[in-house]
Amino acid sequence: MNAVYLAQDPTLADFGKDPWWLVLIKVVFAFAFGLLATLLGVWFERRIVGYMQVRPGPNQVGPFGLLQTLADGLKMAFKEDILPKAADKVVYFFAPTISVICAVTALSVVPFGPMVSIFGHQTPLQVTDVPVAVLVLLACSSMGVYGIVLGGWASGSTYPLLGGLRSSAQMISYEVAMGLSIVAVFMTAGTMSTSGIVAAQGDATRLTIAGVEVPAPGWYAILLLPSFIIFFIATVGETNRAPFDLPEAESELVAGFMTEYSSLKFALFMLSEYVAMVTMSAVTTTLFLGGWRAPWPITLWAGANSGWWPMLWFFGKVLVLVFVFVWLRGTLPRLRYDQFMRFGWKVLLPINLVWILVLSGLRSIEGWQTRDRLLATGLGAGVLLLVTLLWPSRKKAPQPSLQEQVNSRPHGSFPLPPMDLQVPPSPRTKRVVAEREPANVAAGSDSREV
Amino acid sequence: MTTQTVLAAAGGVSGGEEVTFWILAPLALLGAIGMIAARNAVHSALWLVLTMLCLGVFYVLQAGPFIGMVQIIVYTGAIMMLFLFVLMLVGRDASDSLIETLRGQRIAAVVLGLGFAGLVGGGLYRGLGGVSAVGLEQANAEGNVQGIARLLFTKYVFAFELTSALLITAAVGAMVLAHIERRREDKMDQIATMKARFAPGNYPGPKPGPGVFATSSSVATPARLPDGRLTERSIPEILPARELTAEETTLKGTDR
Repeated sequence: MNAVYLAQDPTLADFGKDPWWLVLIKVVFAFAFGLLATLLGVWFERRIVGYMQVRPGPNQVGPFGLLQTLADGLKMAFKEDILPKAADKVVYFFAPTISVICAVTALSVVPFGPMVSIFGHQTPLQVTDVPVAVLVLLACSSMGVYGIVLGGWASGSTYPLLGGLRSSAQMISYEVAMGLSIVAVFMTAGTMSTSGIVAAQGDATRLTIAGVEVPAPGWYAILLLPSFIIFFIATVGETNRAPFDLPEAESELVAGFMTEYSSLKFALFMLSEYVAMVTMSAVTTTLFLGGWRAPWPITLWAGANSGWWPMLWFFGKVLVLVFVFVWLRGTLPRLRYDQFMRFGWKVLLPINLVWILVLSGLRSIEGWQTRDRLLATGLGAGVLLLVTLLWPSRKKAPQPSLQEQVNSRPHGSFPLPPMDLQVPPSPRTKRVVAEREPANVAAGSDSREV
Repeated sequence: MTTQTVLAAAGGVSGGEEVTFWILAPLALLGAIGMIAARNAVHSALWLVLTMLCLGVFYVLQAGPFIGMVQIIVYTGAIMMLFLFVLMLVGRDASDSLIETLRGQRIAAVVLGLGFAGLVGGGLYRGLGGVSAVGLEQANAEGNVQGIARLLFTKYVFAFELTSALLITAAVGAMVLAHIERRREDKMDQIATMKARFAPGNYPGPKPGPGVFATSSSVATPARLPDGRLTERSIPEILPARELTAEETTLKGTDR
């Protein structure tokens, strides 16, 4: 059975052998996947958030409001395209396209499935793979921020500029945490190619617990739990999604970097945000959730990881992650900017460094199965991390009584009026109450008696 | 990748590589020239980004995918982003002034730059013109990343550690030099602030607004105190206090 699995796994040698039309099909598929995911993603997000906020969400256009995004997109295309007078025209024009191009390009190294046969060609379900594919992903995500920063700068007004500034600072700080959490994946998988990382998560070893053989999980989300948590948090920061959507914080900056944008350019920014969200979910799936591999109960069926089925598992995992993105948005309030920065530099980064140190120490210990020790420590460290993150940060403030507060004021403070001070009514106030005629309350009882 | 590596090792240039080079090389040059020629600092930075991206692709073409990607992530992604961060704070309309502070500086810079480029280019051409690359296959035998890692952590580990120590020292030094922290004792608490406010010689109330009891509502006109004297405290310090002339205070005829 193991041999069947391995035969399905594409290696780096399997890439670069496709005829041009196959490459074209794959590229168009990846692009269409990004666009379709946006169309459905916006609808999905609005419906889910609507459900969470006890309101229907879009439900008029098409069945269940499915075509709402399409209608919005069409409407946007017919809006007037406003070019602010103070804008830097060339940069203003190119900024949204940079965002979209970078978001879509990242999809090219994401493995959608194993080797399949397309029109008689054995080919991996992935546009391409390189020995440094994960670095390509990182490069795409760091270049994508240029779109936001430049869009903010080129708009030539204050709120967009602030949004752009925030975005650049945010990206620099969270890119570090993200890169460091991928280091643990590299160390465990021994490769940087995405198909290689998926393959490394698949070779299942078996643990014997109390005489029963259990398949040990191969997902790095379990083996490297701290890295997974930090990576996902950094991902939310990198895609500017709530609660880290400071560049477009509508309560502070109107719409942040896209305040001045309208029509198709605004649509491009929206598109890039959702494509980036889907791309990042796909990347998280690939790096930590076993990629296109079926989760445990399904693997009992021998054919789960071959043919076209894995694409279904892959889409399922991506959908779950997108749901988590939406869930976060529906649940958490936006962070204040300094809290956000402190969280990135003072929490995520040190934890990450310590974890990498522990990991490399463990890997150099002899005579213990790599997987066992990773599982043991990864889970422990992950639980520790979760507890640290979720631990109530402050003790409940003691609530002294009023008299204690008064007594604790330092010597020389300003005098306070006595606590039981009764302010006498002003003699100039008219006594209207006493002069008012009494209401005629007896009339009702008379009529009832008759 | 492997075919490229073989080709590069044999000293040959594949068709794809040549095409990519001839597309990207002019772009890289354009970026370099644009970076110098652009008036606006942010435009300069963007031209530089173009050049750096082209360089990254060149590295990938030369069978060094790791260094190419690192070039893009670190230089274009992080360092240029920091540059942009600072430049954006400067302001959008801040363009370079064309006033030469040193006479003939620009011409001298052009001549010296061209001369330097000629020297380096000539030297490189003479040194590497007829050389065919040897040993690339062996260097990349166990993978490009692994090869670099092996060299970095065995042969060049001392230089590597020294560089990182130097960088950390620089970063910490910059932070220490730039950081000013007031001691806790130096900060005035609320009581001390209030005592200073009501201390003799200090007027505790708000300052009179400019133009109060004045002949004009200009901010430059000082307010009058109840006894008729002008008070200097009501106007910003950079403005001189003056009474308006009779001509200035007469009606301008706009009310007719």
